[in-house]
Amino acid sequence: MMTRISIQEADFDPGAEIASLGPGAGGIGCFIGIVRGEAGGRKITAMTLEHYPGMTERAVRAIAEEAEKRWNLSAVTVVHRVGRLAPGENIVLVLAAARHRDPALAATRFLIDWLKTEAPFWKKEHFADGAEAWVEAKEADTEAAALWR
Amino acid sequence: MLRLLYFAWLRERVGHAEEELAPPSSVHTVGELMRWLAERDPVHGAAFARPGLIRAAVNQEFAGPETELAAGDEVAFFPPMTGG
Repeated sequence: MMTRISIQEADFDPGAEIASLGPGAGGIGCFIGIVRGEAGGRKITAMTLEHYPGMTERAVRAIAEEAEKRWNLSAVTVVHRVGRLAPGENIVLVLAAARHRDPALAATRFLIDWLKTEAPFWKKEHFADGAEAWVEAKEADTEAAALWR
Repeated sequence: MLRLLYFAWLRERVGHAEEELAPPSSVHTVGELMRWLAERDPVHGAAFARPGLIRAAVNQEFAGPETELAAGDEVAFFPPMTGG
């Protein structure tokens, strides 16, 4: 399986990432996470993503390897941005390529569910009124990740 | 000597991202290290007041309270992760 993992401050180009997977797959599942403009009804001006350099790459690679064990995939791409991002900016790209749509879509869902709870990233929201707060882990995210166990 | 790393609100509460500390020889595990840190001074005490909200990694692998420590280990403490 071809695996591409990148933790970066720069934006990514989904079209270029898809094109770089090359021919061979019958289908590619794609998820793109984007910074929302509000949280709990409050306007957000920015989001800061912190991570644990070194461990992040290892954890994401372990998640990609787990996906490879469960589905027959020809390629997995995970690009996760860090640093300060504005509403509307891309946060994360997940691609899973396979012969058929079922493994491609299931693996995409698995990868983003586990990225949310099993990789060392933390989000802080900056609000329009100057306040800031670390995003709390959601019970629903933990449950979504647990469904795959 | 252990290299301790803190992330997200734990880093903000402790006041720095990393420090080197030599805990007493009675500290063998991650859980014992957390209890020692919590009792060490008021700043760490406040940061580690709710250990149930804190996750840990030893040498960049996820760890639990029973994970054993050795001299030179890199031990990270952080809140539940919120990536994706």
